[in-house]
Amino acid sequence: MVQYRRAGFDASFAALSDVTRRGVLEQLGRADASITDLAQKFHMTLTGMKKHVGVLEQAGLVTTKKVGRVRTCKLGRHRLEEEAAWIERYRQLWDARFDELDEVVEELKRKEKVDGRKKRE
Amino acid sequence: MDARRESEPTRMKNRTTVERKSERELVVTRTFNGPARIVFEAWTRPELFRRWWAPKSMGMSLRSCEMDVRVGGKYRLEFEGEAMAFFGTYLEVTPPSRLVWTNEEGGEGGPVTTVTFEEKGGQTLLVMHELHSSKEALDAAGTGAADAMVETFAQLDELLLTLGASMGRS
Repeated sequence: MVQYRRAGFDASFAALSDVTRRGVLEQLGRADASITDLAQKFHMTLTGMKKHVGVLEQAGLVTTKKVGRVRTCKLGRHRLEEEAAWIERYRQLWDARFDELDEVVEELKRKEKVDGRKKRE
Repeated sequence: MDARRESEPTRMKNRTTVERKSERELVVTRTFNGPARIVFEAWTRPELFRRWWAPKSMGMSLRSCEMDVRVGGKYRLEFEGEAMAFFGTYLEVTPPSRLVWTNEEGGEGGPVTTVTFEEKGGQTLLVMHELHSSKEALDAAGTGAADAMVETFAQLDELLLTLGASMGRS
């Protein structure tokens, strides 16, 4: 009765806590880019951007490839999307189940009361 | 907003939490406004179980629900419309406080589910604990689930807001 994915969720979530890194993901969603391009777009030093890309790469959100002297970044296979979405969907599923279970519990409680009354009569 | 929600009277909805305990474990908790014997009954009588386990709000419906709730007894749940079934064996049945079963639809070495029902002041704290045989088994189970999902980045953004908000609260 279970299926879920969790590995790396923390890393992914930490990676997305930063506004620049979210911007980088958005940018890479439109087109692949080199670290130099990204540094320019976000008005950052190369070293600063390398750090951000490193965090995103660690979380599996971005992959990089060095061709000659240029390191190109592209989106990873939406790992965060899979993980975050999965755990939240899992929670929503059980939340929906438990809402209905509340109804069943209320019904059984009412029934118990009625039965108790009958027994006393 | 939170303060207002908390000051709302009695019929407040109880919160469902999902928490990862380790690489192999996941824990779901929820409190119910009723005694443990009643909540336990709703988990162990098939005609009651099927009413909530396949919630209409999620567009789910069960074709069949068979449960032989005793140690060594089997259960089998089949969804309407899809060729999807969940089945396994009960390992422990201790009314009204504890249920343990295997999940065998994925083959040998599937996860083991333990549900405990703890009564306190007329309410019942339910804790559902899932234990996988290994990190690899869990990863494999998750990959299948993840592959079945198609989401856009816009939806992801919304989701993260929700997650961020709920993490901030806890």
